Amino acid sequence: MNESISTSTGEMDTSMPGTTAPQKKSFSLSKALIWLGVAALLALLAWGLLKAGETRPEGGASAPEFTVQFFDGYEWGEKEASSLSDFRGNVVVLNFWASWCVECRIEAELLEQTWRRYRDQGVVFLGVAYVDAEAKSLAYLNEYNITYPNGPDLGSSISGAYKITGVPETFFIGKDGTVSRYVLGPVNANVLTAEIETLLAQ
Amino acid sequence: MGKPRRDMALFPLFVLLVAGILFVMPAGAQEPVSDDDVNRVAKDLFCPVCENTPLDTCPTAACQDWRDEIRTQLAVGKTDAEIQQYFVDRYGPRVLSAPPREGFNWLVWLLPVALAIAGIAFFARYLGGLRGKPGAEPADPTFTVTQGSAQAPPPAAGEDDYVSRIEKELRE
Repeated sequence: MNESISTSTGEMDTSMPGTTAPQKKSFSLSKALIWLGVAALLALLAWGLLKAGETRPEGGASAPEFTVQFFDGYEWGEKEASSLSDFRGNVVVLNFWASWCVECRIEAELLEQTWRRYRDQGVVFLGVAYVDAEAKSLAYLNEYNITYPNGPDLGSSISGAYKITGVPETFFIGKDGTVSRYVLGPVNANVLTAEIETLLAQ
Repeated sequence: MGKPRRDMALFPLFVLLVAGILFVMPAGAQEPVSDDDVNRVAKDLFCPVCENTPLDTCPTAACQDWRDEIRTQLAVGKTDAEIQQYFVDRYGPRVLSAPPREGFNWLVWLLPVALAIAGIAFFARYLGGLRGKPGAEPADPTFTVTQGSAQAPPPAAGEDDYVSRIEKELRE
């Protein structure tokens, strides 16, 4: 009889009739497991919400570190790959683009012209091709005579770190490695020049 | 005068060469890659630009480029798995229709099963509790795991009071 009760409740050990201590112990364990599961689920949910709520770095936030593997012919000096930290002390203009992106074509020539203007003043332009087929990327770079360092966003890791939601997006990174601002959509000449000048003056 | 004659003499050689190419090439060439072949690979891939739209049906330029890439890779003899891996390496695992069974991703596969088991266990306990309440009918008379008191022989006179007390506590 005692055994049948124990089976039916799943939480009682009635091997000691007349006492309730074992009952309390077993009951607490099952309760603790349930609450542990609920807590783990809530923690997971909270983590997911926090991750989903993260936004692009800006306003002095530290620029996420990344390494970009350059396209052939678009290396930085002799280096086939570079990390953002390699450019510490320089102003970095980080531009996300894609060959299939119509709006990227609006800013392509401006970016190249500005790069040529500032390249000897400690300004580095870095192009990152987002979700793009390599052959198409290279054709695009060739079409606009782009010469500044460019590479694919392998594993979508760089775009993930910068939380971009589309292309083009441009991040301005100061000499100290912090993001001063970002621009959604094609960047215009006034913003591009003003931001570079401000960062160079710091 | 001599030059045209020499050209004429070379003409049969040219014809033989072209004929040879036409006959030999198809034997060594790959079968042309059909749209069905491309879509067979594309249906399991998702372009991050157009979320929730499989690559085989997505109409955007980005996805068209990806399908062209699949076609190119199939044409050079890559397997479906190799092409999928290429896209994962290049664009990340989120291009896959289902997360790979590794690391933290296991949670996605195991959590629903664990929740289902927990739900069934909870429901079974709930039914057991209902059954123990006075006036409540057993939800399923064949459900023997929770039918301890119903299936068991009647309690001995000495245990009667004890069992009643436990059942009362359980009801509370």
